[in-house]
Amino acid sequence: MSKPRLLNRPEDAAPLERDLLVRMHDLMVKARVLEERLIQMYKQGHGYFWIGGPGEEAFNVPLGLLMKKGQGPAYDYLHAHYRQSATLLALGEEPIGALRQMKNTASDPYSGGRNFAGHFSKREWNIAPVSSPIEVQYTMAPGTALAQKRHGGDGITIVTGGDAGTAEGDFASCLVWSSRPGMELPVLIIVTNNQWGISTPAGTQHGETHVADRGRAFNIRTKTIDGNDPINAWRELKEAMEYVRRERKPFLLEAMVSRLYGHSSASGANFVGGEQDCLARFEERLLNDGVLTREQMNSLRSRYTEEMAALARQVREEPLPGPETIWNHIYAERK
Amino acid sequence: MANMAQAIRMALHYAEENLGVTDIFGEDVGAPLGGVFTATQGLKTAWNTPLDERGIIGMAIGLAMAGQRPVAEIQFADYIYNTIDLLKIAGNTCWASHGDWNLPMVVKTPVGSGIRGSLYHSHSFDATATHIPGWKIVMPSNPLDAYGLMISACQELNPVMYLEPKALLRIKGEERIPGEPEDDKSLSKLIDAPLGDRSQWKPQWPAELSAYAVPIGKGKVVRPGSHVTVVSYGRTLPLCKRAADELASSGVDAEVIDMRSLWPYDWELIKGSVEKTGRVLYVNEDTEVTNFGEHLVRRTVEELFYKLLAPPRLLAGKFVPGVGLADTLEMASVPQLGDITAAIRALASEQP
Repeated sequence: MSKPRLLNRPEDAAPLERDLLVRMHDLMVKARVLEERLIQMYKQGHGYFWIGGPGEEAFNVPLGLLMKKGQGPAYDYLHAHYRQSATLLALGEEPIGALRQMKNTASDPYSGGRNFAGHFSKREWNIAPVSSPIEVQYTMAPGTALAQKRHGGDGITIVTGGDAGTAEGDFASCLVWSSRPGMELPVLIIVTNNQWGISTPAGTQHGETHVADRGRAFNIRTKTIDGNDPINAWRELKEAMEYVRRERKPFLLEAMVSRLYGHSSASGANFVGGEQDCLARFEERLLNDGVLTREQMNSLRSRYTEEMAALARQVREEPLPGPETIWNHIYAERK
Repeated sequence: MANMAQAIRMALHYAEENLGVTDIFGEDVGAPLGGVFTATQGLKTAWNTPLDERGIIGMAIGLAMAGQRPVAEIQFADYIYNTIDLLKIAGNTCWASHGDWNLPMVVKTPVGSGIRGSLYHSHSFDATATHIPGWKIVMPSNPLDAYGLMISACQELNPVMYLEPKALLRIKGEERIPGEPEDDKSLSKLIDAPLGDRSQWKPQWPAELSAYAVPIGKGKVVRPGSHVTVVSYGRTLPLCKRAADELASSGVDAEVIDMRSLWPYDWELIKGSVEKTGRVLYVNEDTEVTNFGEHLVRRTVEELFYKLLAPPRLLAGKFVPGVGLADTLEMASVPQLGDITAAIRALASEQP
């Protein structure tokens, strides 16, 4: 095998290796195809509602790859939102789970047919259940982070949400609780800014120049980054995570991302023009830099498209949960 | 005998030493105050939070997720309303995640009238709390039960809402908590913080405290009787007992049941009593429209209709926007001893 080709941009201090670029591309394609399949399932009547994150893969894939995966406070906690299928896939999750959740089958691994698509939950990997009310996860993140600070080690809490939801008090709660003097908490506070709140442009709602600027008032280190470039996202996330792991203090990272299919199926889930497509942009770069050929990339996409279609067909035949299961899991019981 | 605040404090001490409680927190819960009602004075894991109720509930959820065992306090139930969606999430997390996550957390909050608390320190929360599935909800009416219910709450795998009747927090009990010293004054000397500078103060906890637990879901007959059943909890419970005692001399023999747990609740106990007496009065002080007592009335009608000698009754707080500060306004807004006595007497003598 030939020596991996290193990508060098003038501003790159530490270039990424080819294997990593290929892996990130693979996961970005996989996540994009998964979301497109979910949208199709919705449109074919195989699900009631779609919400997801096509357009955020360039940020969400590096995030998943950089997380310290495991259960308990020694590992990273993720308080995600519903646009993060790419993060889950990057962590190693199988896409069929998302399809099962879309179809509300009994086999839905995240909610047993009870919750919307994109509402992941996986205790085994510290993935806190995604909830539909936006931004509530920001109030919970300091709790897991406090347990981690107490536990020691380098596990951190990562919380993500959208820009529109930062208007909720929960976001302010997160800034307040994670930055109390002498009791700072290891939280990576992420805002993926797609500049929309359903149909409302951010420019009409937010007086601050950057959402990240709000962290400065709390003496929280902050940065606004281009989240549509996976190489940039990888580097910035790595730096922010290393800071949080080492210093045991919060970091507020705002990633500018795109929203390629609108807010959700409620707004049609059709491809939106005028948004930057992070995957197309990355592929162009991989092509120009000679990392992958167009044929390789096209064939990868076709393979995933066929795989997802086959999985969707499989899921279509799987039974819905029995009505009696409404009584299951209301309470946890001692075993 | 310990008062309810002391009982809760001793239970929390026992729980942080023996049941894995890691954090007791809320606004002014830590030193120097130890809680507005002194229920958290001197506890080693008690700490003060920002003035942010959503943050408090969110912190409890996060801690519970990460394997800690938090006891969070909302200073007055009146201030818990802006956390209602977080309470809903805490209640549905186990169900929504198909059993993947459970939240062993306790939220305690003082409720109800009786301390001249005006509009924002007198609210009840029982009807709202019982409308949020996935929680267990308890409300003691005496120090011993307060101790035992807190022990149970701290042993739970699920979220527990622990409602503290404000009016009863400083009233001494009639039964001793296992391990509590014989003499009230010596108890106070051991565990009550001094006035003034407390910076050097440390409590001396009674060494013999035990895991005395009142099981969640079990009510108690506090006064046996044969003519009418009175079901209550919290502040109105001792009033119902007094009313029943007073009525005994006039030939009305009322059985009084303390629910202690609002969810799950001891229907078998209530049912058995109503089958015996044929008459039931439910008493609480939450506002009367969509009151938790209405649920009990509905269930009584549906399941026990043919056993009844009179319609089941509910005596509750008036459906007004708040409890006014003036004594006359407060007394008129929520059930008082006279109201309860009259209601029991009327029900006992009601003929078709």
